[in-house]
Amino acid sequence: MFYREAGQFKASYKEDQAILPISQDRVGLILILIFGFFAIPLFASDYWLTAILIPFLVFSLAALGLNLLTGYAGQLSLGTAAFMAVGAFAAYNFELRVPQMPILISFIMSGITAAAVGIAFGIPSLRIRGFYLAVATLAAQFFIPWLLVKVGWFTNYSSSGVITTQPVTIFGFIFDSPSRRYLLVLSIVVILALVAKNLVRSNLGRAWMAVRDMDVAAEVIGISIVRTKLIAFGVSSFYCGVAGALYAYAYLGSVEPDGFNLDLSFRILFMVIIGGIGSIMGSFLGAAFITLLPIFLDIFINEAAAILGLKLAAGITSVIQLLVFGGLIIFFLIVEPLGLARLWQITKEKLRLWPFPH
Amino acid sequence: MSFFLEVLIGGLLAGIMYSLVALGFVLIYKASGVFNFAQGAMVFFAALTFVGAQEKLGLPIWAAFPFSLALMILLGVLTEKVVLRPLVNQPPISLFMVTIGLTFFVEGLAQLFWGTKVYPLELGIPDEPIVTTFENWGISLAGVPIVLQEINSFDLIAAFVAGILVAILAIFFQITRVGRALRAVADDHQAALSVGIPLKTIWAIVWSVAGFVALIAGLMWGARNGVQFALTFVALKALPVLILGGFDSVLGAIVGGLIIGALEKLAEVYIGPFFGGGIEIWFAYVAALLFLLIRPEGLFGDKQIDRV
Repeated sequence: MFYREAGQFKASYKEDQAILPISQDRVGLILILIFGFFAIPLFASDYWLTAILIPFLVFSLAALGLNLLTGYAGQLSLGTAAFMAVGAFAAYNFELRVPQMPILISFIMSGITAAAVGIAFGIPSLRIRGFYLAVATLAAQFFIPWLLVKVGWFTNYSSSGVITTQPVTIFGFIFDSPSRRYLLVLSIVVILALVAKNLVRSNLGRAWMAVRDMDVAAEVIGISIVRTKLIAFGVSSFYCGVAGALYAYAYLGSVEPDGFNLDLSFRILFMVIIGGIGSIMGSFLGAAFITLLPIFLDIFINEAAAILGLKLAAGITSVIQLLVFGGLIIFFLIVEPLGLARLWQITKEKLRLWPFPH
Repeated sequence: MSFFLEVLIGGLLAGIMYSLVALGFVLIYKASGVFNFAQGAMVFFAALTFVGAQEKLGLPIWAAFPFSLALMILLGVLTEKVVLRPLVNQPPISLFMVTIGLTFFVEGLAQLFWGTKVYPLELGIPDEPIVTTFENWGISLAGVPIVLQEINSFDLIAAFVAGILVAILAIFFQITRVGRALRAVADDHQAALSVGIPLKTIWAIVWSVAGFVALIAGLMWGARNGVQFALTFVALKALPVLILGGFDSVLGAIVGGLIIGALEKLAEVYIGPFFGGGIEIWFAYVAALLFLLIRPEGLFGDKQIDRV
């Protein structure tokens, strides 16, 4: 009843091929964007902006990148954090070494650098598949942070390996307060998400899905596997690279190579699995879920302990976090392999019929 | 020359420790086609249970072993029943991801039971260099006496244990009725099912055997490095061994372990200084990766033929 497309006629091919063919979706998205661009910066507290909303957006972008590779092109990667590291350190060095470098160009260059590295580590995917490939991407995960630590040039010879990012200035406008940084991240994420959405609808996206579903068959119908897989690695790493740059510049402010560890890679993989494999929106849902879950869990455990009068053992929160994360991954893969995005689809179908059951 | 040999032997012995972990992966992969990323977590769980049972429950060491074994078997059977049974016939990549979830869960479970402390693990195995032994035996290579300073008795015993374990597994697989059924299942699920082999029972047994292997690996690694969370990372050490040796070959796990162990130590000593050290984190991976480019199925793995 609330979500019914009856009466919405498409009179042209353009309308038929619109990203959101149903007007409720369009209105909903516009409302969300208005809320995100105007309401949140006005009313959200600094804590919400810096500790929840900015990391949520940054992780959404990284999850989106991984989702393009894993969900659409079917190549599982465990090296996401390494490509984020490439992006972060590339942006830092472009800003540092190229005089008068505009920050946005640095971000784009960081994405391109990460894409080049991603393609290099994607080359084994031409010979190997499945978990052989997943293990091979671990090579990137271990090699890249090591290289960033060992070669002092990357960190500008900082003795601890920690880099502190330069202030972000665009046309003389300084992005220093949390709400300004939030708006910067939001704008970049919205643009890149739009690009991704269009990319997966294009013939490239369809080629990815064909390779994912059966690569031999895809080759038989004339899709170049080499090209398709390497572009998938490149595009995915571009997204992860930009996410890494934003992670450093807009979220943390100072990062070290060891921060981009396997745990971060797993966390982003979990976002993709829980959010929905092969869904743009799923990346956002998953990122929101995984960003918020530890915070809620923390509050919940402390409240429960206070009510029951228990004294918590040291480190018990992180143990419970491990259990909940692991349990959720198992649960989602068994019960709802397509994740939260699929749940949203089911909800939409129900809303369409409501109040009737069929 | 003597130094080179010493490094080589040290590496080979370290490699056997990797093989111990890799064996668990191979067993499960062979029988059910699941790449069990959680094997490292199972090693951690086993070792922690073994010491936890002694520290917290006050069990003597001889009772702690069957207790841990029973718990590992329970864990294995439950994993098979609750996690993997509902996912039969799913794409292998989903199964792989579910075992990543399982890794987190088992790590959490182990710490929930036994706490987050670091425990020492005493098995009564002497851990000392055996320089004199070799000199006394008068072993020499082409007239040059070999002085082995880096080799210690613990590594030798670990190698011995690994050898026994492989022998037991080989006998189990070759001779016993269950072992034959396991091999049949590994070869072809449907054919095995049609000649009346109970697939579900077999999978439960495989997970139990993997639990047993994890326990042995956990004891050896725990005695070496102490029982702590870092024990889960030995799985990451075993992965290059697997891709080098081939996922579905017990022999591959052993030979791969030896090669990776030796290469890693040699690289650390001879190449490492040029890079400022620390290369053992990634060297095994890069070595295995380069090898994969030549032989994508690993040394002893079955060649995959794709058909549409």
